[in-house]
Amino acid sequence: MEELNLIESIERYIHGEMLPEERVFFEELRKNNPGVDQMVVEHTVFLHQMEKYGDRRNLKATLQDVHNDLFDSGQIKQARETKIVRLWLKYRKVIAVAASIAGITALSISGITNYFAPKTTNRSIENLRRQISVLERRTNSLNNKINQAPPKNHTEPAFKFGGTGFLIDPKGYLLTNAHVVSNASVTSVQNIKGQEFKTMIIYLDQASDLAVLKIIDSNYKSPSAIPYGISRSNIDLGEAIFTLGYPRDEIVYGEGYLSAKTGFRGDTLSCQISVAANPGNSGGPVLDKNGEVIGILSNKQTEAQGAVFAIRSRYILDALDEVKKDSAYSNIRLPQGSSVKSLDRIQQIKKIQECIYMVKSY
Amino acid sequence: MTTDSNEQGLLKGLAQNERKSIEAIYRDHYSMVQSLIINNSGTSDDAKDIFQEALIVLYEKARSGSFELHAQLKTYIYAVCRRMWLKRLQMNQRFSGDLANAEDTISIAEDLERYEHRNADFELMERAMQYLGEPCKSLLESYYLQKKNMTEIAREFGYTNAENAKNQKYKCLMRLKKIFFGQYKKP
Repeated sequence: MEELNLIESIERYIHGEMLPEERVFFEELRKNNPGVDQMVVEHTVFLHQMEKYGDRRNLKATLQDVHNDLFDSGQIKQARETKIVRLWLKYRKVIAVAASIAGITALSISGITNYFAPKTTNRSIENLRRQISVLERRTNSLNNKINQAPPKNHTEPAFKFGGTGFLIDPKGYLLTNAHVVSNASVTSVQNIKGQEFKTMIIYLDQASDLAVLKIIDSNYKSPSAIPYGISRSNIDLGEAIFTLGYPRDEIVYGEGYLSAKTGFRGDTLSCQISVAANPGNSGGPVLDKNGEVIGILSNKQTEAQGAVFAIRSRYILDALDEVKKDSAYSNIRLPQGSSVKSLDRIQQIKKIQECIYMVKSY
Repeated sequence: MTTDSNEQGLLKGLAQNERKSIEAIYRDHYSMVQSLIINNSGTSDDAKDIFQEALIVLYEKARSGSFELHAQLKTYIYAVCRRMWLKRLQMNQRFSGDLANAEDTISIAEDLERYEHRNADFELMERAMQYLGEPCKSLLESYYLQKKNMTEIAREFGYTNAENAKNQKYKCLMRLKKIFFGQYKKP
């Protein structure tokens, strides 16, 4: 309570509100009592600070007031650039983050691209080089493969079946590839109905890759006539051809065209046709649209797509002439012209397939 | 070059916290400062802050009894605002230059120093007041700033009589002084 009154007195003293006698008394007290003096000094400082604080607060309030007033009355205007600056200030962090993400993404994508791109390029270059500059070597190796592989290819399935053959004489003479039946001790043929007949090889020429088989089975019933003929004329490039053969247990029809007049590496004995052919198609006839045999499907280039070779019919005739030299087989009569010329393909096939046999080598 | 009588009048008005003078100064110089701040990667809020701070610098100068600016008011305000803004940019690490290199055209260092000092005191008192909390804050403000008498205050704050209010005021005052002098450094 005493201190409360003291503070009040000090304030009155500082503000000069004391009566003269009172003031003298207080100053006396101050002089004699250092504690009171200390309090007076301290409180003076405090009141001064308080006053300053009040003044400053008032000024700030006035400034704020003036600012708002002048703004509202349009005497000062907000600058135009503000918006952009404010947007920038507001979003600069976002922009920075976005930019770094974009940067990182770009870098990593380019990194990934760099990582993978050279490999791809190298590989394709290698491929290209191999295809262009080592073509010769590959052709040689293909040659070897073709010369060696077919016997291998066809002796392997020789346990079960070898290829295809077709009748050239209703009496039971079939033509097929030499590689289909070479190395075979016993051969038999099977017709479209699944009947199997024993055969014997009566002619085999590895050079021309042709073989003639004779059905020696009593169950064999010879057809009245063979629907196709054997062409003696040359066929032209691009002419449509079709084949029938036994790449599997079922007869398979294939369609294509003559793609080159010579066979592998310029072999004039054969020609190149473009048709889907598989092991087992060997020995099958290649017929033109009229149903004339223009060749016998012999082999295909393993490394090249759609390059299939067929022995030309002219050499079939040559080979058969050889066969006929043997008196026992001089009665072979080659079919004279196609009888299915005017039929549509489906009807042609229906007739022709009767004379196409699966050749099995044991 | 000395300030003309018109500008001296404005300064006197500012020192007295006269609205008319403040408005005049505001109207004449705010746009200039705003352009300065905004063209230097600031916002209009920054401009307001800086301009008002400059006026407080001016106010403190005028309060100290010096109405001589040795320059036009415009030049003075520009120099103060520029210096303050550069300092703030530097604090935010956006101004890489050395402040010492940014020569001012007129001498304002002394004024700014005084301002900084007063500002520190002001902020100290403001913090102390905030810390004090209600109703002490309002009570003391009513008595010391608005100079209301105890009877008035007792009525306003719902005390039964002036004596009670005086008692309350005393307690609050003691607390405030303790907080304030706890951090106050003697000039």
